[in-house]
Amino acid sequence: MGSLLAGQECPAHRATSDAEPVMIDEKEVRQVAELARLALSPEETRRFASQLSHILDYIRQLNEVDTSSVEPMSHPLDLKNVFRQDEVKPSLEAREALANAPEKRDGFFLVPPVLDGTGPE
Amino acid sequence: MKPIHTQTASELLEGQESRRTTATEIVRSSLERIERLDGSVKAFVSVRPKEALSEARSIDERRARGERLGKLAGIPIALKDNICTRGWETTCCSKMLKNFRPPYDATVVEKLRAADAILVGKTNMDEFAFGSSTENSAFFTTRNPWDLERVPGGSSGGSAAAVAAGFVPLAFGSETGGSVRQPAGFCGVVGLKPTYGLVSRYGLIAFGSSLDQISPFARDVRDAALLLGVAAGHDPRDSTSINAPTGDYLAELDRPTAKMRLGIAHEYFGEGIEPDVRKRVLEAIEVFRNLGFEIAEISLPHSKYAVAVYYVAAVAEASSNLARFDGVHYGHRTSRKTDMVDMYSVSREEGFGDEAKRRIMLGTYVLSRGYYDAYYLKALKVRRRMKEDFDRAWETVDAVLCPTSPTTAFRVGERADDPLSMYLSDIFTIPANMTGIPGISIPCGFDGRGLPVGLEIMTPSGEESRLFRIARAYERATEFHLRWPEL
Repeated sequence: MGSLLAGQECPAHRATSDAEPVMIDEKEVRQVAELARLALSPEETRRFASQLSHILDYIRQLNEVDTSSVEPMSHPLDLKNVFRQDEVKPSLEAREALANAPEKRDGFFLVPPVLDGTGPE
Repeated sequence: MKPIHTQTASELLEGQESRRTTATEIVRSSLERIERLDGSVKAFVSVRPKEALSEARSIDERRARGERLGKLAGIPIALKDNICTRGWETTCCSKMLKNFRPPYDATVVEKLRAADAILVGKTNMDEFAFGSSTENSAFFTTRNPWDLERVPGGSSGGSAAAVAAGFVPLAFGSETGGSVRQPAGFCGVVGLKPTYGLVSRYGLIAFGSSLDQISPFARDVRDAALLLGVAAGHDPRDSTSINAPTGDYLAELDRPTAKMRLGIAHEYFGEGIEPDVRKRVLEAIEVFRNLGFEIAEISLPHSKYAVAVYYVAAVAEASSNLARFDGVHYGHRTSRKTDMVDMYSVSREEGFGDEAKRRIMLGTYVLSRGYYDAYYLKALKVRRRMKEDFDRAWETVDAVLCPTSPTTAFRVGERADDPLSMYLSDIFTIPANMTGIPGISIPCGFDGRGLPVGLEIMTPSGEESRLFRIARAYERATEFHLRWPEL
């Protein structure tokens, strides 16, 4: 799946002012769950709406801090991209790489149909 | 002679060299104690008695032949179950990875094998290291050896309990926000979070990649220095591994600490701290003063935002890292017949536990468009402020002292239904992860119920030697690290 989540629009997003508590409703929880690929149960959806609201409310104290001239710090090290030589080196054999696959066939990972009726079955 | 289970790794190494004991005897003692007592402590999720004993016998044979042996020859060690061991289940204590057998060893595992250490077992943890008590393990909750009704802390609670119970003298855990120092404090052992990038993360199953560090547990500072010495060093397989020589921690351990200045920040002694914890830490500060250290008051004003910053930055990274669990390459796949996207969502729903889902949801939310600036970028800017606080502190002090946690070990179940109160137990440990600096927790006494209190010491990045020397100076002057729980 890769890191597909950053920057995706959460459709129910709306501005909240600092004064009122952050409220996430169940609709918004369902939309986030879809982005996160989690098939939450109705009970979880209800519970997460309340717990995530509570946690985000706590997080909102960050707004007290003046960060107007501050660069975001994404990492503790001042690293530039680290490259290696483009050389062929030994790596996992296909057999080892496939050893933990839930389903496989003929040296490939096996997945359900991506489009209706046109999958491998 | 002291019973084997009460000896440090350094003592056990010396015992083997002087032929007073053997690796086989040491490993047998470790396995017997696990067999006898781990039913109540529940530190281990898997133990390998046969392999451990055969490796120990081979160490003894090599010693008898006069071969040169590694720095940890014949020493039993436990590993948190998120550190990959080739062919040996590495589950992160999650249903998602229940039967996962890694096809390779983590770099630290290679280094331990090269040092002739004996890997006896894998230890319990909060699922994917999400938690502060091991209650989020998909398997069971580990108990604190000082009081079996209480948690050992977490997420590396199994490793902390294994060392505190005398099952092994050394263990590895991992840290993202205090997951080694906090349980070390709760269990009365030494736990060290190294400078970010000092120990390779290759083979550590990722949680928050800008924060994660594999981190040692030991019963005293000397052993922690010994184990870090084996684990530290550049690894080309981890692109965030620091490419610089590491110190000789053991050689520098007993160098004088004269004229060092220790900083005390009032922000770490405010509301929410148990009175006994405050008392023990203030007493520890007096010990340092009597040892000739200078004590200076400093301010770290942004430390109070640690938990808020963490629960944006760490969960954002976690939600990205956990995107790899898709039911295709490894891990749980639903048996329900569905299409591709549903297969992802249902497999993840079935495989992840409650806290993992909560963090994936929170991380996805703060990274989604519309919230990214308000939460994620804002948190990273406050993170920078936290680092600036420490940079300013290092202009006047050599190290910072504070409690490891605001409280001693809490009861099993006490905080399970309130995620935020659980998160707050890491408020004093998170700043070191956020800023990349090293921190150590060492025993500094007990509260009124007989539960251990941890003292945290932090130094600037790369100053592990200084950290060990300060901690060692305290340890030489006190005996808290020599006390044992009754099991």
